[in-house]
Amino acid sequence: MNLSSALSTKTRSYLSANSRILLWILTLLFLLSFFFFPLFKILALTFNLDTLADFDNLLVVRDSLLFTFYQAALSTLLTFALGLPAAILFAKFDFPSKSLLRALTAVPFMLPTVVVAAAFNSLLGERGLLATTFNLQPSTFNFILILIAHTFYNTSIVIRIVGNAISRLDPKLEASARVLGADTFHVWKDVILPILRPSLLAAALLVFMFDFTSFGVILLLGGSQFATLEVEIYIRALQLPNLNLAALLSVIQLVFTLIFSILYSRTINQVSTQTAPRFSQARPPKTLTERIFVFALSSLLVTFFFLPLISLPIRSLTRLEADRGQRTEVQYGFTTDYYEELFINRRGSLFYVPPVQAALNSLGFAGITVILSLALGYPAAYALAKPTRLEKFLDPFLMLPLGASAVMMGLGFILSFGRLIASPFFIPIAHTLIALPFVIRTLQPALASIPERLRQAASTLGASPLRVWQTVDFPILSRATLSAATFAFTVSLGEFGATLLITRPEYPTIPIAISRFLSQPGGLNYGQAMAMATVLMLLTTLSILLIEKLRFNNAGEL
Amino acid sequence: MKKLTLLLSSFLFILAACAPKGPATLTVMTHDSFAISEDVVTAFEQENNVDVVFLASGDAGTMLNKAILAKDAPLADVMFGVDNTFLSRALEADIFDAYQSPALSDVPAEFVLDSSYRALPVDYGDVCINYDKKYFEENNLAVPASFEDLAKPEYNGLLVVQNPATSSPGLAFMLATRAYFGDGFLDYWQSLKENGVVVVDGWETAYYTNFSASSGQGPQPMVVSYASSPAAEVFFASEPPADAPTASIIASGMCFRQIEFVGILKNGENRDLAEKFVDFMLGKQFQEDMPLNMFVYPVSQSAQLPEVFTQYAQVADQPADIAYADIAANRDAWIEAWNEVMK
Repeated sequence: MNLSSALSTKTRSYLSANSRILLWILTLLFLLSFFFFPLFKILALTFNLDTLADFDNLLVVRDSLLFTFYQAALSTLLTFALGLPAAILFAKFDFPSKSLLRALTAVPFMLPTVVVAAAFNSLLGERGLLATTFNLQPSTFNFILILIAHTFYNTSIVIRIVGNAISRLDPKLEASARVLGADTFHVWKDVILPILRPSLLAAALLVFMFDFTSFGVILLLGGSQFATLEVEIYIRALQLPNLNLAALLSVIQLVFTLIFSILYSRTINQVSTQTAPRFSQARPPKTLTERIFVFALSSLLVTFFFLPLISLPIRSLTRLEADRGQRTEVQYGFTTDYYEELFINRRGSLFYVPPVQAALNSLGFAGITVILSLALGYPAAYALAKPTRLEKFLDPFLMLPLGASAVMMGLGFILSFGRLIASPFFIPIAHTLIALPFVIRTLQPALASIPERLRQAASTLGASPLRVWQTVDFPILSRATLSAATFAFTVSLGEFGATLLITRPEYPTIPIAISRFLSQPGGLNYGQAMAMATVLMLLTTLSILLIEKLRFNNAGEL
Repeated sequence: MKKLTLLLSSFLFILAACAPKGPATLTVMTHDSFAISEDVVTAFEQENNVDVVFLASGDAGTMLNKAILAKDAPLADVMFGVDNTFLSRALEADIFDAYQSPALSDVPAEFVLDSSYRALPVDYGDVCINYDKKYFEENNLAVPASFEDLAKPEYNGLLVVQNPATSSPGLAFMLATRAYFGDGFLDYWQSLKENGVVVVDGWETAYYTNFSASSGQGPQPMVVSYASSPAAEVFFASEPPADAPTASIIASGMCFRQIEFVGILKNGENRDLAEKFVDFMLGKQFQEDMPLNMFVYPVSQSAQLPEVFTQYAQVADQPADIAYADIAANRDAWIEAWNEVMK
């Protein structure tokens, strides 16, 4: 080590000891002001331990907690069952329409639940294929629908996070293991899986958290029999006398989020392995087994993702109104009426949503969310990749926004900010709150995996810290950054923070337009809702494809 | 330098004070289903030199809870959308200031549920079962004429309802059964359950996923919806049909009348403008604008209905008879009991 690098190391360690926290102080302040403060205000008002004294309340707590765990665990397993092979597929193999298919797997994530329900209805409705083939009880049927919907939504998380890590694998490790006599099973068990473990855990945590706090899917597809914690909170908070029970359930949900988060942090810190950065390994399939694998899995993915989604554009271009029988002739078939109607304000309504403006608003808010969550998430992930004691302690709290009930947070916002929450600035803030845990958890494993020796080697060769970052960190991180950016983008487009806020007609977004259309009867309304949903789908797919086109230094896909 | 700054800033302050006043802002909190024509709003804005800002705050229950929480520093000056199932809760929470609007002279007494004029009625609509005319014709089925009919075997699996805990029309329908059967309503729901009634979370799902006469073309030909829905189906058809594809079952006691109210929020800032807005909401222009925007009926007797309403929408002669105070007192208990039966 020469003098200059010795000095720079010393400077860095001085920084890391005393003022590291400054690195992500903005992130902390953001979370404190927009998450912990409103949360504290609403809980201080409504949380009351006496609620536990009521036996009926305890029953509600027990039932909803058990069901929440049960469906989240099963959903996560199912998601991994599909997501892991898919991650391997995208990371290791090249095949036609690969980018498009991968972009498609992320589209469900941002579609409003009611649109997804419509898309699935034709395939999986009560008189649909699944029900008639297997002759299921309604409650079993609804439960399976919930699991399938969760998988539909969350597979892209596994594909991105785990796929990212798979593409970083050094083939030399596998080759050395084989030379030493390991068969495929042992290669996976002893070499590959341990390296993949941080990303597997990160993906598992995120998927489980999403399933744990699932609301729209349970509400829409579960009939009325199933209630997770989040659904119970929603129902109880609407009945004001039970705001105490809603608060209790929220606290329980938060406590469990914290527990999962702590478990994750503990495990992560034990297993991070450092690997040299790899460029994309993807190649066309060669052997017969590989060909069969690629074909079968990509067909499955197409069936699962493409078919339900394609029904939306089809519905928006078909005259769908119910048969009027002998009373009127209705022309079936292709029509662009619904798209044309989007541009007409039939009743001169103040709340009419011009489609172009709605699309621009949605994209605008999404763009701001991406910038905000990357700007706040990067320093936090950097600090947490090699945390100090204080940072290790704070780490689990960063997941809490995902586990907090949106209903309670919305009430907390009102208590904390009053009329301000009608301001459009709050929209990207609310979205960022949800996106931030994603971004941090996506960047963290990637950051942790950068070998320190590489950095030191670069310093030894005379690189300044900035140049080290540019030539060592950035190429490895660019893939993870793209994933993180895509997450933030999709969270915002899908308006995951929407229920926290109050909407103003001056800033309509596409999901708002869709729900307005679906709130009244009539063929034109339904058709326009489908048309808007199609627009949203197209926008999303295009944006994801565009984001992925941004490659740096041949960093490769994923 | 300091003196100069002081001088400049005082000059600016005086200038600002003397400047002609820009429009004031009136904030109106509504539920998500609120709609109004742009020119109607503009007319009010120009007449009163005011900017009207609407805050869409979720469904009626959520909106009310937000208003109650923000009682001391209200989010708006006026709140519209509390209905008769929530009226007691709103009055008990004491969030409204009383205002006896002169426009009330046009409103029949049956709608003025709050004699202290804190919440004033604006519109009403009947929650009734809508049925698919074509289905009943093709299958030679008689349209059910009473609650008991719905439990008959020929209607097995043909009705979709919404969960009263999560849906306003769902609650309305349940309340109608409670008004009809008294405490025996739970037995009635048991018989409905045995007769294959489908329960979903909300109106959107029931109407667009389950109902056979909507664009969703679902399996059930009967759905709990509004008596104005057939008119909406005609109004929003891409090709005007000769007749409405649906109609409502308005037999005695089978519909529930929802009345929506407006109130001036306490501790608001613009009392005068708020009063003017309430008068405006009870006035002819707004009342006549409402039907085609929100598909509800105006309370004002001098308001004229659009043709599509008079032809296709219906009003129940004898809606369910249940006091709003009763609803407030027992709502939670009834919903819990209903849940126990239907689980």
